[in-house]
Amino acid sequence: MVKAKHDMDVLEKCPTGIRGLDEITKGGLPRGRPTLICGSAGSGKTLFAMEFLMRGAMDHKEPGVFMSFEETIEDLSKNFNSLGFDLNGMMSCGLIATDHVYIARNEIEETGEYDLEGLFIRLGSAIDSVGAKRVVLDTIEALFSGLSNTAILRAELRRLFSWLKERGVTTIVTGESGDKTLTRYGLEEYVADCVILLDFRIREQISTRRLRIVKYRGSSHGSDEYPFLIDERGLSILPISSLGLDYPVSTERISTGVPKLDAMFGGKGFYRGSTILVSGTAGTGKTSLSAALADGACLRGERCLYFAFEESPRQIVRNMGSIGIDLARWVKKGLLKFHSARPSLYGLEMHLVTFHKAIEEFKPKVFIVDPVSNLVAAGSSLEVKSVLTRLIDYLKMEGITAFLTDLTHFGGGFERTSEEISSLIDTWILLRDIELQGERNRGIYILKSRGMAHSNQIHEFLLTNQGINLIEIYTGSGEVLTGSARAAQDAKEKASELKSRHEVESRLREQNRKKKVLEAKIAALRAEFDAESEDLRLMAEEERERQIVQAGDRLEMEHLRKGEPSTVRRSAKKRSG
Amino acid sequence: MKAVSPGKGKKAKTDPTEEIWNLRLYVAGQTQKSIMAFANLKKICEEHLAGKYRIEVIDLLKNPQLAKGDQIIAIPTLVRKLPEPLKKIIGDLANTERVLVGLDIRSFSE
Repeated sequence: MVKAKHDMDVLEKCPTGIRGLDEITKGGLPRGRPTLICGSAGSGKTLFAMEFLMRGAMDHKEPGVFMSFEETIEDLSKNFNSLGFDLNGMMSCGLIATDHVYIARNEIEETGEYDLEGLFIRLGSAIDSVGAKRVVLDTIEALFSGLSNTAILRAELRRLFSWLKERGVTTIVTGESGDKTLTRYGLEEYVADCVILLDFRIREQISTRRLRIVKYRGSSHGSDEYPFLIDERGLSILPISSLGLDYPVSTERISTGVPKLDAMFGGKGFYRGSTILVSGTAGTGKTSLSAALADGACLRGERCLYFAFEESPRQIVRNMGSIGIDLARWVKKGLLKFHSARPSLYGLEMHLVTFHKAIEEFKPKVFIVDPVSNLVAAGSSLEVKSVLTRLIDYLKMEGITAFLTDLTHFGGGFERTSEEISSLIDTWILLRDIELQGERNRGIYILKSRGMAHSNQIHEFLLTNQGINLIEIYTGSGEVLTGSARAAQDAKEKASELKSRHEVESRLREQNRKKKVLEAKIAALRAEFDAESEDLRLMAEEERERQIVQAGDRLEMEHLRKGEPSTVRRSAKKRSG
Repeated sequence: MKAVSPGKGKKAKTDPTEEIWNLRLYVAGQTQKSIMAFANLKKICEEHLAGKYRIEVIDLLKNPQLAKGDQIIAIPTLVRKLPEPLKKIIGDLANTERVLVGLDIRSFSE
């Protein structure tokens, strides 16, 4: 019992096949129920409905019926041929049945009671003829202008929708927007299950199409306004915020295309799938860095998509040729694809949709936008942030490395875009002009790089005809020097180094000399001392000999005198002892 | 018959005297509205077009594919196939005056 109830509660959905719509509706339109698509004239209602039928017939094996109250079938098939939908072909395959309901008020007189059974019968037979699972009524409101008895019409519409539900077909009903109501004749009153509003607005000469799910009974859905695009492949709707922060991350590192720059990132370069922002004023080499990255990616055999908002692809190829980066070969090989457009060509949302489409088609590994700041021209800063957030989320989801450049203005510090998107950026490289002694040089440093050791040094950034080179700049004695000043400083340092080396050497020599003098002195003193000692010894010897001689003399004298020998001997003995 | 010709003379190009009113009534089954419409039509025709009309009743429940050809959406619908131009009247034909206007028969009664 409980289970049965639960089964009933789960709303089955019918995938539309329209790009993006099934994501925001979490599966599609309510199966077996009517959905109202409303919008102003030219907002894409008919296309929406037709694509729903076509995709159903082609991709989901669900035949459909298109009942047109406005355009003839010939016109419809002509219109949709240009969008790649072969209505006639589908009709002859028996996958789609069409019926053009034409009501001319001037031909019709109303007298008394009637019902719309004729319409039911026509619809019923069309459904039966192809075994339709999907039905489009475009625009059923035409009945209101064709028939005057609205009381009957309303009752019949109510009956029609419950009849369609009974038949279990998934229906799209289109309706023109009214002044204050969603539709001019209040169709939303009858179609209570799902209402989608298409909007077409122009602001500052830029038009944007947007889609909003006003109501979806029994299902959660995205409630934002989603931008959509009509192009040669039909509609594509861009989910704004369906992406979260749960994308996969990679520990793989990819080269920046500049070996010395790789070195600044711990020798390995960027993380794959990370988002890199390069900020810098005009002419600091943002495009060159982009080109180097593109070149590096293509060398690895990866596809690279390059969105250029400032220069034409040919100009980029030519200019990069001058610094030794040959991009033309990659374009020829199909690894590099340029996409060039003026940022003001269309609205911001349209740009985003274009990004998505291009990425989906080309499936690049590296995605470059040069420069992303130009998009500000196409929308307010808040919109830019929201668009970039979505873009970056999407790229991360797909594991695509994003390389965005950001043109900042002189003296302005970090400009709007940088501030707004800095939190989304994994690696932020700053290119700077360093003006010194009448010279402008380029400096490069890493402002941040999440999750890796990176250099904190400012390097000088050189564009040579062999490519990009980075040089350690002079940072000694409390100064930062670049260019010729750095070279001059280097020379000066070398000279002073040489000088001080000489000085040290001469002092060493002096010391040596002093040591030798000292040693000589010591030797002389020692010699003197030795000489004195010798003298002293000799003197002592002489003295003893003399005493011996003296003693001998005394004995002899005693002997000679022979008087008082005992006393003399005694005293003599005492003295000598 | 003679009275018809001046009124019709403006529109019909040839041979107004032989004109037959070809009327087609679309119904969907034997509903009350359908039965009433047929009865009303019969009465009007007998009064105003005696002897020169033909009524064809088409039941769309039996021939649904015929609805497309005459652009039928409402039931019952009366279609004046001949004389040209094509005219349509929807409803149960209860208002005779409006049916006459719709079928352009009023000129005949003047």
